[in-house]
Amino acid sequence: MANMVSFDRLSEEEKHARFMERIAAGEKIEADDWMPEEYRVALIKLISMHGISEIMGALPEKEWVPKAPTLRRKLGIMAKVQDEMGHGQLLLRVAEDLMKPYGKNREDIMQDLFSGDLKFHNVFHMPAPTWGDAGLIGWLVDGAAIITQTNMLHASYGPYARALQRICAEEVFHAQHGEAIIMALTEGTQEQRAMVQDAFNRWWESLLMFFGPAQASTTGSSKQDVTIKYNIRTKTNEELRQDFFSKYIPRALSIGLQLPDSTMHFDEESKMWVYQQPDWNKFKQIIKNNGPKSKERLRLRQLSYHNNEWVREALSPMNKVV
Amino acid sequence: MMTIEELHTNPAYQDALVDLLYQLADDDFIVAYRGSEWLGLAPHIEEDVAFSSISQDTMGHATMLYELLESIGEGDANALAHARKADERKNAILLEMVNGSGTYLQEPKYDWAFAVVRHYCYTLAKTIKMKSLQQSSFEPLAQLAVKINMELHYHLLHWKTWFTQLMKIPGESQERMVAAWDRVMKDMKGVLALGSYEEDLVKYNVMTNETQLMHSWMQEMQSLISNYHLPIEVRLKMNSGNGRLGEHSKDLEDALNTLSSVYRIDPTAAW
Repeated sequence: MANMVSFDRLSEEEKHARFMERIAAGEKIEADDWMPEEYRVALIKLISMHGISEIMGALPEKEWVPKAPTLRRKLGIMAKVQDEMGHGQLLLRVAEDLMKPYGKNREDIMQDLFSGDLKFHNVFHMPAPTWGDAGLIGWLVDGAAIITQTNMLHASYGPYARALQRICAEEVFHAQHGEAIIMALTEGTQEQRAMVQDAFNRWWESLLMFFGPAQASTTGSSKQDVTIKYNIRTKTNEELRQDFFSKYIPRALSIGLQLPDSTMHFDEESKMWVYQQPDWNKFKQIIKNNGPKSKERLRLRQLSYHNNEWVREALSPMNKVV
Repeated sequence: MMTIEELHTNPAYQDALVDLLYQLADDDFIVAYRGSEWLGLAPHIEEDVAFSSISQDTMGHATMLYELLESIGEGDANALAHARKADERKNAILLEMVNGSGTYLQEPKYDWAFAVVRHYCYTLAKTIKMKSLQQSSFEPLAQLAVKINMELHYHLLHWKTWFTQLMKIPGESQERMVAAWDRVMKDMKGVLALGSYEEDLVKYNVMTNETQLMHSWMQEMQSLISNYHLPIEVRLKMNSGNGRLGEHSKDLEDALNTLSSVYRIDPTAAW
């Protein structure tokens, strides 16, 4: 109690300094702890975007849940998409706690999604027209997600770090599920192999974009500096992209895939992959909900929100039935 | 007790059993599909997680039942699930009906009241069947029923909570639920029907008879209706046809086209 009273007496600068000392020492910040406004705002933006991306991410895979070609694959993809919705729920709960001081809740998150204020991940704006895409999403999109998320496993914000522990463990299964689909296809008929290469070509640019631009100047804004400053993450966008290349390029080549970027190579001197940049203007358009499937997927969520209005009304506390 | 190895000694037993297994597998396969169409469209995210878990369990039950058919010599389980035509299917018509207008990808206008009522009524019927099947003379099915029943307990609890809650709330909620109830009643009898081999199923102690199933279902539902003072009546009908005899609607054909669209690219390929 004495400590709390003395903490309250500190000036904002002193509180900030104390806060920075705590995170530098590796301490976890909890939901009710004092935190700088900038930290809270960055976390809300990061976690609500992560959460809503998990939920919007169920939509490209939704098509393939019933269409999966065998009973086992049907069960696998059903389990995977259910996990993704579960991650979304877990993350939105973390974001909701952070938003509480602003008097905001889940309703605001959904409204921000519909208005375009809350963005979802670039990959989930893209079409997934074949079963090859369903496999590729699991293998490489989830693979990319594991790389960005393990980078935040030791995030200074405790509730997020703990949610990520569970999410990453499940994402490993998803990547294995995706890899199993891809392996079966690459070991299959000519048509099946072509399906994988086709999906790989289609997703290449989106996978490069996945980690965000290297510099904030590319798109005008980036939260990587703030998140690194507050020990939410440790690596830069480019470092993560390079990690992704190092892990997956050799694997892609080993199963006989051709790289969509014929100029791509590993530079021994700089120890970096050299590749052609994606069109970052296109990236900006995609995350502004002007991607090929942005409107259609948002429409699905809006429709369900509208169609189920009567259910939310019925479940409101005023109507509670024992 | 009858085992897989001994089945050939009694062809009449085998015919009745196989017909029943198709009914059970096809019911779960199609209702799990209808459930999975709701993915991302449920009233809230928590329900999306719960409902997709239930659909996944149900697809798992269908898988185990098709695999049991495979072990009896009916052919590859994946082919049984994906390649059989609509008129070979034995599921109840109520379970193949669409969730609403639109498709699961384009403009779905799905009715949550219909989903709740259909899934609750079906889960209750399935629970009663599985209870009876736990005493089945066909050993592998009796074991399967014990396994399935463990998960069903939670499915039933889930749907019962939605059912009673939404049915009790006056206004739009109750109106929609009563309308969905009336719709479900028109074909619910088809879910409890046992098809052309009922007599042999009973004779060989594979499972209880249709009258007993309906009686148990009505008794359970009636006690729920009185306990919660719900404004509905049980009137079991089978207006759209008997799915157990291979009678189906166009909804089933459309569903099967979707469910088998990748499988059909190359049914002999490994996927």
